[in-house]
Order: sequence, then structure tokens, then C-alpha cells
Amino acid sequence: MLAPADMPTPPLDQSVSRSPLCKITGLGLAGMARLLAGASIRWIASQPDTCQRVYFANHTSHLDALLIWASLPRLIREITRPVAAKDYWSRGALRRWLAEEVFNAILIDRTDIKVHQSPVDLMLRQAGDTRSLIVFPEGSRSTSGEVGEFKSGLYYLAKKRPEIELIPVHIDNLNRVLPRGEFLPVPLLSCITFGPPLWLERDESKLDFLARARRAVLSLKE
Amino acid sequence: MNDIRTIALVAGVLLLLSIVTGVGQFLKRHPDRGIDAAAVRTFNMRIRGWWVLCTVLAAAFWLGSTATVTLFGFVSFWALREFITLTPTRKGDHRALFWVFFLFTPLHYVLVGLNRYDIYSVFLPVYATLFVLARAAVAGDYKRFLERTAKIQAGLVVCVYCLSFAPALLELHVDRGPEGISQLSSRDANFRLLFFLILLVQFADCMQYVWSRMLGQRLVAAAVSSNRTWEGLLGSATSTALLAAVLWWAAPPFQPWQAAIVGLVVAVMGFAGGMTMSAIKRDRGVKDYGTLVVGHGGVLDRIDSICFAAPVFYHMTVLVIGS
Repeated sequence: MLAPADMPTPPLDQSVSRSPLCKITGLGLAGMARLLAGASIRWIASQPDTCQRVYFANHTSHLDALLIWASLPRLIREITRPVAAKDYWSRGALRRWLAEEVFNAILIDRTDIKVHQSPVDLMLRQAGDTRSLIVFPEGSRSTSGEVGEFKSGLYYLAKKRPEIELIPVHIDNLNRVLPRGEFLPVPLLSCITFGPPLWLERDESKLDFLARARRAVLSLKE
Repeated sequence: MNDIRTIALVAGVLLLLSIVTGVGQFLKRHPDRGIDAAAVRTFNMRIRGWWVLCTVLAAAFWLGSTATVTLFGFVSFWALREFITLTPTRKGDHRALFWVFFLFTPLHYVLVGLNRYDIYSVFLPVYATLFVLARAAVAGDYKRFLERTAKIQAGLVVCVYCLSFAPALLELHVDRGPEGISQLSSRDANFRLLFFLILLVQFADCMQYVWSRMLGQRLVAAAVSSNRTWEGLLGSATSTALLAAVLWWAAPPFQPWQAAIVGLVVAVMGFAGGMTMSAIKRDRGVKDYGTLVVGHGGVLDRIDSICFAAPVFYHMTVLVIGS
């Protein structure tokens, strides 16, 4: 794993300058999430990097996005934006503040998806040329613990911006830390595994690509 | 008197650790001695672990009994975390587990720190058990009900309840006055007693390994553990009894023959703990608790013997003091 000092400095970006309160809250929440979920972080055939990336993971718990975000080295965290559901994260002032100011999340309206305002376009516009994204291609949290079929958003992301690195991430045991429908966490040990990047192959069909991406996440489970 | 014994014990431990460290480094630098390099590496890692253990214990002892009880509390918490992570539970257990982790475990250690033996001796085995059963029932999931609740209960008893008897030794009135009547507990004597227990457990573990490697023929249960033999158990029980008898002066209430019996029982209980944890690990298909989650050294692997030995050691001490 790279020590923060060895990493290239992130590209300067004046568009987002967060207040000290947001930064401290972010650091505190990241530390707390990692401690509470006993997260061990592994990079398999892959390294943390500040280049533009899309991290895609299986979705099992409300803590998923927070924990992936917290698992990244701090410099990379600064330029990485989780993509989250608007209906959940804009309810209440605290949640909205956390999502918009602290995590710098991109909120997607799951109920109001139109052709001319597709979520993928919105994500890419918000990401610009420097920001990385955290997405959950299953769309919603799985209840069974199995990784469901991937929705097509990841494919369109890869097609529109073929140069972005797609990093598969597997989240293990977090569904037991905070299952669906619970609000009190149980401090078990979880594991976040980052895999090697993949790209959309030339002439690869949508179904083939989505199946390959899903296999890439599953292969990190061991 | 107390101070001389404590100094002697500390000096002895430092000397012994320095000697084995020297031997380990010598073997590492001279790989041509015909000793397996992997075994040397394991040996050196073990020694490093002892240095860490001794440093942490020394710091906790120096800070006092509250710090020591708190340290053991955190160890219990982490061990329970590993235990429950390894054991499949269902969503219906979630709320029960929350209270187990954040209420019952800390409260138990508070009671140990307050020396309320009358409450803490039944708090987890009775009240936590009843709570877990009822909470899981109220959660409305009846599938494999007894199996699930038994797992949580086993985790609580082994990782929290049993281990807490080690720091509970600090609250006993162990130092005998000239008339043989127990006086107010002196800090030094209690800490020596706790260290005596940890030393015996560690020594028994090592001897078990050494005797098994030297004379091991008959496996106790091949399906559960591939390196625990009857010869190892016998050798470890005898050597630990001998060591305890030699070090009887360090452990306040014991006569040499009593210390020998304590050493023997501690070795057997440590063996029982190791076998039990092996059985659980085999059932779950992992080699040690540390490999389950990479990067977290398995705390449970380190403390399985002491969990089983601590309550028996505690009650034998109480028995000797009372007589």
C-alpha cells in the first residue's frame, strides 16, 4: 500500500473548498466508521491513486458508501464523491448536510429518472475531469446477502468515458454490522477489498460487460 | 518483602526474555545449524509477542487495577467481536447482539472492577442468557433458535465471563500476615498472582508444543487438532507443575505443593481451551481467527488457554485463602 507521502499530489480544484467543520466531521466519521466496522482494507493487484476512477461495489448496508470512502487514503478521499440516493439522504437537515457538505455526495433521484436527465449524465457532469466516484451498480441494498444483477448505469458510464479506471470493490460482512432496517450497529469485523481496474472492451456487449464487472466484484470475495 | 519478590520476578522474566531473544537472533543469523528456518521464524515471532505482552501488562500494572481491568475488558470485547464474526448469526439476533456488546460486556467489567462477585458471578451466565433468549424471541425469528442463542451465550461465557476472572484476581485479599490471617490486599501481591497465572498459561502452551514435537505419538483428536498429543499434554502438565512449584514464592497464598497442583490444573485447562477453539475453527473452516479478517491478529487465538484457565485458577486461590 502507498504511504500518503509517496502519492502524487491531487490535482488542484477550486470548485469545492470545504469548511474546517466539514473536514473535521469527515475525518472523525471516517475514523469512527473504520473502528466500529473493524474494517480491514486490502488492495489486490491494485494501488490507491489520484487518477480519475469509478469505484463500484456490492451494496449491503447504509454504511457501504461511508466505509469505502473512509477506506481510501485521505488525499484520495478529498477527490472522491459517493453517489447516493436522494430520497434517503435529503431527508432531514443533518443527513442533507452530511451528504452534501461532508461526503460531498452526488444525490440521484431514483424516482424521477428521465431520458434527457439521465443519472449517468448527471454523475459525469458532477465528476468533471478530476473527481472519482463511488457507485453501487445493484441499485439498492440486497437483502439476501447475495450480489444481485448489475443495472446498466455502469455500462453507460464506461461507454461515455472509456478512459476512466473502473475499480471493483467487495464489501464483506458489513450487512451484519448494520443490516437493512436497523439503526443500531453491532461492532463485528468487516473487510473492504479493492481489485484491479477494468475497462469496457471494444465491441463488448452491455450484458457481457455487466456480467464481467459483477464477476470482478465476486472474485474479490475469496 | 513484597518488593524483593516483585523485583526478583521482574528481573527473572527480563533475563529469561533476553536469553530467548538472544537464542532466537543467533539461530536467525546462523541458518546452517540444521534447524528449520520456518520454525525459527515462528519462534522469533512468538518472542516478539511475549515482549509486547510483558510491556503492555507492565504498563497496565503500573497504572493500577482499574487500568488492568479496563485492558482485559477491551481484550474481551475484541475477542467477542472475532467470535461472533466467525459464528453465523441471523438478522433476528441483531438487537440482542447490540446489547451484548454495548451493555452486558462493559457492565460486567464495571462489576468486576467494583469487586461485586455476588453480582458478576451470575450477571452474564444467568441474566445475559435470559435476555438474549427473550430478545431473540421478541425479534420474531424462530429458525434454529436454540443454536443461535447458544452461540451468543458461548461467546459471552468464554470471551468475557471466563477471561474476567484474570483481572478479578486483583481484588482478592491474598497476602497473608504473620499469623496466617489474610490482610488487606497489597497491590504487588495481587499483580504477581495475575502474572503467575499468565506465565503458567504461556509456559504450558510452549511446553505442549515442545513435548509434542519431541515425543508426540498419539493425537488426542486428529479431526480437531493435528498437533495436540497426549504426550504433549502430559509433558506440559508435568513441566508446568514443576515451574509453578519452583516459583511458588511469587504467588502469595500458595505453598509449593499447592502451586504444583495449580500449575497442573492450569496446563490441563489451557489444553482444554485450545482444543475447544480448534473445534470451533474447524467447524467454520478457518485455521485461525486472525486469517478471517486480514490485518487483524487473532486475539482469540492468543487468549483461548487463559480463558479456560482463569476461573479455575481464581477459585483455587479463593479455596487456599479460605482454608
